[in-house]
Amino acid sequence: MSAKPEMSSNFNRRRVLRGMLGGSAVTLAVPFLDCMLDTNGTAFAGGRPLPVRFGTWNWGCGINPQRWVPTKSGAGYDLGPELKYIEPVKQHINVFSGFKAFLDGKPNLPHISGMQAVRAGGVAASMGNPMDIPTIDVLVGDIVGTDTRFRSLEMAATGDPKHSYSYRSANGFNPAEVSPLALYTRIFGPDFQDPNAADFKPDPGIMLRKSVLTGVSEQRTDFLNQLGQADRTRMDEYFTSVRQLEQQLELQLQKPPPAEACHVGVKPPDAPVGTEIGMVMANHKLMAEILAMALACNQTKVFNVVFSDSASNLRMPGEQMIHHLMTHEEPVDKALGYQPKAAYFVERSMEAWALFVSTLANIKEGDGTLLDRCLVMGHSDTEYARVHSISGIPIMTAGSAGGRIKTGIHVSAIGEPVTRIGFTLQQVMGVPVEKWGMGSMQTAKPVSEILI
Amino acid sequence: MQQRFAALVVFGVLPLLGVLILAGCGPSEPQTSGTPVGAQRLSAGQYRQMVSDIFGADIKLGGRFEPGMRKNGLLAVGGSAVAMSPSGFEQYDTMARTIAAQVVDEKHRDALIPCKTAETKKADRACATTVLTKYARLLFRRPATDREIAGPVAMAGEAAEAKGDFYTGLAYGLAELLDSPNFIFRKDVAEPDPSASGKLRLTGYSKASRLSFFLWNAGPDDELLRAAGAGELDKKSDLAKQVDRMLTSPRLESGVRAFFTDFLDFDQFDSLAKDAAIYPVFGQKVAHDAQEQTLRTAVDLLVTQKGDYRDLFTTRKTFLTRNLGVVYQVPVAAEKEWEAHEFPMDDPHAGVLTQLSFTELHAHPGRSSSTLRGKAVREILLCQTVPSPPANVNFTVVQDTSNPEFKTARDRLTAHRTEATCAGCHKIMDPIGLGLENFDGAGQFRTTENGAPINASGEIDGVKFTDTASLGRAIHDNPSAAACLANSLYRYAAGRDFDPSEREWQKWLGQQFAKNGYRFPDLMKTIATSDAFYAVRDAGNGVREAQR
Repeated sequence: MSAKPEMSSNFNRRRVLRGMLGGSAVTLAVPFLDCMLDTNGTAFAGGRPLPVRFGTWNWGCGINPQRWVPTKSGAGYDLGPELKYIEPVKQHINVFSGFKAFLDGKPNLPHISGMQAVRAGGVAASMGNPMDIPTIDVLVGDIVGTDTRFRSLEMAATGDPKHSYSYRSANGFNPAEVSPLALYTRIFGPDFQDPNAADFKPDPGIMLRKSVLTGVSEQRTDFLNQLGQADRTRMDEYFTSVRQLEQQLELQLQKPPPAEACHVGVKPPDAPVGTEIGMVMANHKLMAEILAMALACNQTKVFNVVFSDSASNLRMPGEQMIHHLMTHEEPVDKALGYQPKAAYFVERSMEAWALFVSTLANIKEGDGTLLDRCLVMGHSDTEYARVHSISGIPIMTAGSAGGRIKTGIHVSAIGEPVTRIGFTLQQVMGVPVEKWGMGSMQTAKPVSEILI
Repeated sequence: MQQRFAALVVFGVLPLLGVLILAGCGPSEPQTSGTPVGAQRLSAGQYRQMVSDIFGADIKLGGRFEPGMRKNGLLAVGGSAVAMSPSGFEQYDTMARTIAAQVVDEKHRDALIPCKTAETKKADRACATTVLTKYARLLFRRPATDREIAGPVAMAGEAAEAKGDFYTGLAYGLAELLDSPNFIFRKDVAEPDPSASGKLRLTGYSKASRLSFFLWNAGPDDELLRAAGAGELDKKSDLAKQVDRMLTSPRLESGVRAFFTDFLDFDQFDSLAKDAAIYPVFGQKVAHDAQEQTLRTAVDLLVTQKGDYRDLFTTRKTFLTRNLGVVYQVPVAAEKEWEAHEFPMDDPHAGVLTQLSFTELHAHPGRSSSTLRGKAVREILLCQTVPSPPANVNFTVVQDTSNPEFKTARDRLTAHRTEATCAGCHKIMDPIGLGLENFDGAGQFRTTENGAPINASGEIDGVKFTDTASLGRAIHDNPSAAACLANSLYRYAAGRDFDPSEREWQKWLGQQFAKNGYRFPDLMKTIATSDAFYAVRDAGNGVREAQR
């Protein structure tokens, strides 16, 4: 075993580690790195601003436009039979209708193209060529999500970890937590540090774990040797993930700022997961509560919730067809003018969305609520799923992002690129973006109707 | 022409050809230009197997794997394109710490720690170096460099001092090995080829990894690592000896099972759901046994019996549990174990298409689907591409099951295929799937749907069939089935799609498969002993110092 000059870096980090271990029970101030936030009159007790969070909430297989799209624009919009469920939280919700995905000659990949347009600002050329650009949650997370324990949290109420529409590149996606218990344990398990605890003592075990990861990060140069450019980029994503966990542990070595709204709830039961609607509604409710507390406890500032996957697999007990099949195969009821069974799932989705928004709105934080300091984009993959229409993909926002946008407004557009919404939300969240979207969907025009 | 023939005789070429033919030599392996070195993420199964082989079968992982990425039909190909999400790595780190803690605990340390330390309350650099060097070789599948060992040894020492315990410290050093990309990713390493100036070849250790993950779905064993270190894998005859050894090992079964698990999309079982009211017979145990049934059928036919791959579509021999017996309506005596079973000639169950792993996996939660089944036959078993459906299609009139005009799936789909936009694709899927309509969405045999008799006749690529058995024979005889298997096995083994320089080689592989009677282990051997399987070229950025 010969000593190599490179070993000195290892010794350096070990020395630093030793120094930290020697000084246990250190109380450290937390650097609040989120320079993108303004103060807007709300702050921690010590004068530190409360964070603004960003998230997405997705349901699959769209809406029946005549039952969902409000007829009135602006404030005081009306609620049709599919949107009536949001009545209790309507004042917090903006509705966007008529925003369109442009395909630029590419095929409309059912349940995929619309999703990509809303979240990534482009559409893939074919099923075999996935999008290789980040989704909006990743773009926002890179700006606002670096100083919390988790860069982002993904969850799906459908029981399938593949039901996630969050990705940095074509080299994979951010898989979803599917069990409320697993989600709870990940956030509030042994590694959780109560921000309101009176004492803070850095855990030497955390320091050692961080040091292990530093050792892994230091292997980067050797490991990338010989690899081609694509593999280097791919492996750099691995090292980025290592680094993110390192940063996560680093934060745990510092005393967390107090969070008055943080009250950890009870551990959820180990309930079954699946696509049966009752099960999905129950698990979604548990996940919404766990996530709300994770936000209130400053564990993350970015999240992605999948209520149902883009080609919705939701099903009713005893029913031959899943929701997706219903949208295609259920006859339109001539008297009603829509597919009643498929519409049932749209209504359950809106009921769940309202519950999600209420869950955030019910938590008091500062001089308002948790929802007031959130910006959630709720959306689907299609407009009218029966024909995979992407000319008016239903999108909503909830929360005012700390008072940065107006709420309770219906923005009705005709043929405007759907990317205008994602572009606006990124700017609101402080992403330094001047234009966003691919091809005909590239835009530099925010949705001014909601801006303050 | 006659003149040319005469010349061949005169110059003795023809007699030589005759000798070659008699000796059984076909055309030699076409040359390929190789592909750049890459890095393939260990599959969940490979990770589990390695941990079990290295540390023992009782070691628990304590974490979960993020889903794999299927690329062009195979997770193995996606493994070379997938990175790792932050939450995915969080889980790997949890597993690393959980595994390492068990390796050093009082229950395991005597067996797993090859040196004794005199003073357990402090660091022991020598012992830590011995332990970490040993496990780095097994985990990285090659001897670690001094630099690669120095970090974990320093980590173990620092942690031992901090925690006041040698074994606790060692666990941190082990965790660093388990968190390393050198363990989690199978990275190829190339070196200059001494027999071809300016060309590259894989190092012996990289060859050993390719071989062992392909044939055993596990890391190289000691003997293979020894052979790699001794340079034996660079010699064709010694390589062939190792391949023969591995092909006759009981571990081959794991390799065959891993391939078919990937090839047949069994990961979809993870999220398979059936409606409990419509299909009370379905449950997680049945879903598990369904996969196991097909894997046992494949291993028995292909490895134990050394049978023809194509017979997988016609064989009536299989294995059942009591759970499966309920669905197949076959009495199974064994309460806990698997029982060999042969369906009689007049039974509709013949071949893997009629097994639950196919019929229940490729169906909706509440009903069968001729389209999904036909698509699966085309895409999975024949390696053909079915275009995406057009976005704007009106299904509703013909899909109404309450419409007295359209009682069976055949009625509905026939009407559907009259829609011009749908006809093109559906006519290549539905007629195959309709041949399996005697199996409902949970794979149970039936003769009627909504009171109307089911007609399971159809056609595939011009070959007519009348029932499930003759559908199996039609696929057995379809040249695409054998070609698909050979191509898929190579892509699985290499973890990538075919390179343009491998076109001739691909044809040759198919010919070899046919020449060897479509024997699966022979196909594995053809690949494992080929030059193409190990061929590498520069990734374009030059090869710097080879790590080993």
